[in-house]
Amino acid sequence: MPDGVPERPNEIATDLRWPAEGLSRIPDWIYTSEEIYRREVERIFHGFTWNFVALEAELPEPGSFKRSFVGPTPVVVTRDREGVIHVVENRCAHRGAELCRDALGRATEIICPYHQWTYDLAGNLTAVPFRRGLQNQGGMPKDFRLDEHGLRKLNVATRRGVVFASFDPAMESFEGYVGPEILRDFDATFDGRKLKVLGYYRNTVPANWKMYHENLKDPYHATLLHAFLVNFGLLVAGNKSAMVVDASGRHGTMASAKPPEGQNVDSTSKKEMRAFSDNLRLNEPRFLDYMREFESPWSVTMQTIWPNFIVQRELNTLGVRQIVPRGPREFLMIWTMFGYEGDSEEMTRHRLRQGNLMGPAGFLGIEDNEAMRFVQQGMERSRSEQSLIALGGSEEGTTEHIITEAAIRSLYRHYREVMDL
Amino acid sequence: MSDGRSRQELRLEIEEFNSEYAAVLDSGNIEEWPRFFTEDAIYRITGRENADAGLPVGLVYCEGMGMLRDRALAIAKTTMFAPRYLLHQVSNARVLEASVSGEIRAVANYTLFETLVDEKTILQQVGRYHDRFVRRAGGLLLRERICVYDSLVVDTALVFPV
Repeated sequence: MPDGVPERPNEIATDLRWPAEGLSRIPDWIYTSEEIYRREVERIFHGFTWNFVALEAELPEPGSFKRSFVGPTPVVVTRDREGVIHVVENRCAHRGAELCRDALGRATEIICPYHQWTYDLAGNLTAVPFRRGLQNQGGMPKDFRLDEHGLRKLNVATRRGVVFASFDPAMESFEGYVGPEILRDFDATFDGRKLKVLGYYRNTVPANWKMYHENLKDPYHATLLHAFLVNFGLLVAGNKSAMVVDASGRHGTMASAKPPEGQNVDSTSKKEMRAFSDNLRLNEPRFLDYMREFESPWSVTMQTIWPNFIVQRELNTLGVRQIVPRGPREFLMIWTMFGYEGDSEEMTRHRLRQGNLMGPAGFLGIEDNEAMRFVQQGMERSRSEQSLIALGGSEEGTTEHIITEAAIRSLYRHYREVMDL
Repeated sequence: MSDGRSRQELRLEIEEFNSEYAAVLDSGNIEEWPRFFTEDAIYRITGRENADAGLPVGLVYCEGMGMLRDRALAIAKTTMFAPRYLLHQVSNARVLEASVSGEIRAVANYTLFETLVDEKTILQQVGRYHDRFVRRAGGLLLRERICVYDSLVVDTALVFPV
């Protein structure tokens, strides 16, 4: 250090200290700090977590592959000749090139386009061109072993056609990781019927990736932000609902039951919900019909499976969403919309029509993304340093009412432990 | 072409139609947008990855005038989003086929620029219209408009139709 220049204090030790009020406050820097983001990638996405990477329906036969992500890290998901699913880092062991460029495809082996290092579908290095050199010159050293230079392999778990990966080789079972409360609604959506992919949406959101979890652990916003739900009878303040949280606090299920036909919004709720208007009518209200098809008391379940996975069962429109963080200030969201093998043509079209609710052009999806943009801008530009999470007092865990932020507090109790904050 | 007009006449008519269509969307008056369609119209916006793979999903998926009007109503009256200007450019219109039944198949390229307050203008979407027009009361109406976009990653939200 040159004389006279004060040493920079250790950021984490001093500047980044959680507010003294505890879980009722969230400091802005967890949404903006590069240092916090690096720690999240290391301890969360690359740590003791199961990350969604694919649906088995996307890997229908031996040789199928999919380009995917674990956190920000590109991976390739493959199905080998024996039908076994592998997940490997999408990075050549030689110079680090991203090998796989296609979103989906079929192949017999993985070949790096740069120098044609070749791997089998399990990620084992099988060939290096000119390994012995040319005319006794050059080539790899004598002690170079193919089996020491494969692609980095991840731990893999599957349940009911959904594929997860972990960088942690000693990961617990997926079932143990999510716990019985979350598994119940997961299994209601993935009920054994074979999935049929209906298509993809992709969008960025200019906000921190954790806000997506918070939004789906915040049932309070649904009746206030989403005027569409309220005006067209999908959600009535006071109808049967729950915010389920697992024992660890990191996963959640936001659940509600569509109110019976003709149940109206009571006058107290109308006064609280400024967005409500008595005279809006849909021309095609049938698109909001709920066809009963699930073993569940809920017509809607939105599941957040930490850290990168959302399961959407909104009436009959179904989808999974994968969060791909891109630094603290932006994430990519990949949506895979699906139905089931054996759906009638009319059922498929019903799912597609109902799809207008969700995605980056959906009546609800637009509002969620816009709200997150606004929150991030508030964090970045204003002078206050923390946000307030006080609805429902200090309660945590599962609640059967929606005017609460208990599930967000549960998440941050877990987060602070993992992150040492 | 088989409906008695030359390809060039049809192309000019479609270009005129597309300019009016873009002007309505650019004006922000979305409740006027359904008037460009027939009662039984199909309207869908989907990524090129879906179109190429034959996957049916739509970012926006409307079957019939009722759903077009509902989308316009929801965006105009219930949806929360940051205020924005939109600017559509439609070009390279091509007539593919005009059948004896009066249906005209055509394509055109579109670009959508989006401007938010305090932000630089972004190129929100580039894509192609795949259209089926029919003639009603002398003018053209869309029986089908499938908007297939190359720019697969939507920036935050696509609020208005394209």
